[in-house]
Amino acid sequence: MLQISIVSRIMLLSGNVDLLLLVVAAWGLQERVKAAWIWGLLAGLLAGLVSGVPWYIYIIGYLSVVGLARLLVHRIWQAPLLAMFAVTFIGTLELLMLTFVQRTILEVPLSIGEVFSQIVLPTVLLNLLLAIPVHSLIRDLAERIYPEKALA
Amino acid sequence: MKSSFPRSLQTVVIFLVVIGLVTLALGGYFSPVTNWFSRITVDAQTWISDRYMAVVDFLTVPRNVASLLQNNTELQAEVARLQTQVINLQQQVTETNILSALVDFARANPEYSYKGASVIGRDPSPFLRYVIINVGTNEGILPGMPVVTEKGLVGRVDAVIAEAARVQLVTDSASAVDVRLQASNTEAMLVGSVTGELSLNMISQDAVIQAGDVVLTSGLGGTYPANILVGQVVSIRKLQSELFQQAAIQPNVDYTRLQFVLVITNFNPVNIGPLVGTPGP
Repeated sequence: MLQISIVSRIMLLSGNVDLLLLVVAAWGLQERVKAAWIWGLLAGLLAGLVSGVPWYIYIIGYLSVVGLARLLVHRIWQAPLLAMFAVTFIGTLELLMLTFVQRTILEVPLSIGEVFSQIVLPTVLLNLLLAIPVHSLIRDLAERIYPEKALA
Repeated sequence: MKSSFPRSLQTVVIFLVVIGLVTLALGGYFSPVTNWFSRITVDAQTWISDRYMAVVDFLTVPRNVASLLQNNTELQAEVARLQTQVINLQQQVTETNILSALVDFARANPEYSYKGASVIGRDPSPFLRYVIINVGTNEGILPGMPVVTEKGLVGRVDAVIAEAARVQLVTDSASAVDVRLQASNTEAMLVGSVTGELSLNMISQDAVIQAGDVVLTSGLGGTYPANILVGQVVSIRKLQSELFQQAAIQPNVDYTRLQFVLVITNFNPVNIGPLVGTPGP
């Protein structure tokens, strides 16, 4: 709801923040969270329900983000912010590329240069800018939901 | 000892002295003395009064400060409440103005039935120019219904659920609307783009168009009613090497600030896809 009512209206050129992607990425990067896949699927379903983009694009995109996050969480666990940036960057590019391919298959006239300068770059920039605060919020949330003693 | 003056004479002398003093005073001969005396008296009174008030202030100020602080807090709360009220009222005035304009538009175009709706969201994908409105099938909204504001064409309903609908704006890159230029009565195709800009394609090379020409829907294709205002021509691109002219359009509607829209509910869009979709063998 926050995404479609507020965040989608905050635009840089034609790009906007994908808050769901950031939340899914940050949630997937929390080592103590076990059900990140479910949340990725749920986020994909919700976004697919609201958006004009086919639902499977968002499901594939968000599940890939969770997969990437789970892959990185064990590899660069000492640099969680670096992992967040990496997941955000790759995940955003992947989701935008999937959408671009889908629109191209539907014969929607899109100029690659225009898409890159007007959508891809601004969206990646906005997502990277918001990656740190979202990661901090989600980390605090995860620590609250899954306290240390429960982990032990 | 017996007085040398008789009693009555003393009385007369005292009376005369008093009369004399009163007469001198009334004549203004004692003014310097009375002024000096008054000044001394007033100064003394002022000094005493100031000291008294200082003592009173010293004894009562702490209580007044607490009272003032409480009053200040209450007044600040009151100011905050009134500011909130002012903002709410300003918003209501803005909304009323927009709704009033929509009602005027509906009255000016009585051939259609309208359903008012608020824009409650935008599509999360940056590739798409869609908005979400708060009316759906429960209010009789169906896919394909045109959506307008008092300023002109907005788009058409793309998908509907019970309580909401998704509207594809004419600025969407997949949108194509048949339009005509009012001045030259030339048909053209209005298309959107990823940047949200509108342009006219398929304008015949023979057509004479110029900046400022008004663009209206033509009704061709059956997806939109005719004669709905879209915008104005801003610039024209005409190359002899191309089959058609192109033109940039300044839309009448600000699609980034949509708040309220009208869905035309008695227009039945025609799907001509089956007639044009399959090429012959």
